[in-house]
Amino acid sequence: MADETMEEGGNPTGVVKKFMYVNRRAPYGTVYPLEGLEVVLIGAAFEQDVSMAFVDDGVYQLKKGQDTAETGMKNFSPAYRALEMYDVEKLYAEKESLEARGLTQDDLLVSVEVLSTAELTELMEQQDVILNY
Amino acid sequence: MLLHTVNKSPFEKGSLDTCLRLAKQGSTILLIEDAVYAAMQGTVIESKISEAMKRYSVYALQSDLKARGLDEDRLLNGIKVVDYGGFVDLVAEHDTVQSWF
Amino acid sequence: MALEINGKVIETDEEGYIQNLNDWSPEVAEKMAGEDGCELSDNHWEVINFLRNYYQEYQIAPAVRVLTKAIGKKLGPEKGNSKYLYELFPYGPAKQACKYAGLPKPTGCV
Repeated sequence: MADETMEEGGNPTGVVKKFMYVNRRAPYGTVYPLEGLEVVLIGAAFEQDVSMAFVDDGVYQLKKGQDTAETGMKNFSPAYRALEMYDVEKLYAEKESLEARGLTQDDLLVSVEVLSTAELTELMEQQDVILNY
Repeated sequence: MLLHTVNKSPFEKGSLDTCLRLAKQGSTILLIEDAVYAAMQGTVIESKISEAMKRYSVYALQSDLKARGLDEDRLLNGIKVVDYGGFVDLVAEHDTVQSWF
Repeated sequence: MALEINGKVIETDEEGYIQNLNDWSPEVAEKMAGEDGCELSDNHWEVINFLRNYYQEYQIAPAVRVLTKAIGKKLGPEKGNSKYLYELFPYGPAKQACKYAGLPKPTGCV
């Protein structure tokens, strides 16, 4: 039972910092996206102000219709739809990254706020902690 | 202002390009590990880096230059070289570090 | 480690979670519970089935906080609270129930 206390997390100090996770890699070519997602899910237990930004190939993580059955890899894309239940509600995608890949909001499996490069720059400047995956 | 660190070769990965796209004007960028190749004169990205130095202060980590046989006199004009102590100072001067890898 | 169900051997990891999620059947849950000295009631099954559906939809085993909230939404506040869930699953609702449900250990659970 002791372990599960850990799992429940909470925020005994009451200090809330702004954490941004910047996702820049396509989902299956490297382990970073999955590891990054797990860090977000674990970190969510500690009641911080969490956001996720999808930049460069990171926008491919949110592409609808992923089906890994024939590759033998786990399709973890449905987990992005669970983020809301983990109180991770601020998802951003960079407009330039989407456009460069011919993607629009309609191609994505969760709704995100699409930001210009300049808007994302400003948002990053406001963070206490930025983690890249 | 953020301190941006980049550690990938600009010839293999887009980390430096993304950093240059998203870093706020006036920010500090520290090149470490394979990213120090970006600091050399005579590369195909020389003009891009020179342009970037108008918007940012760009540093390169001395030990990583040395490790790769890169002489400081062949660095682009305006690149500042720091040792580990200088790296620590840069981190201490900034509230947040954005590590592009 | 392994479980034997109707003559079929099912691989588990060192903490008893099954390795291949497709190996699961209700008998797996019964057997695991039996080894923990626990008899599965309808209330246990309600949580186990909830977890299986959750995993089907999101491909993750929920953290206990998320599980509690989600159960509350679906089955009402008298079930969506830690006291109720810990009474059913004294080793920890996420951990023990996920194991019986044939899910991986919840992310972030040490």
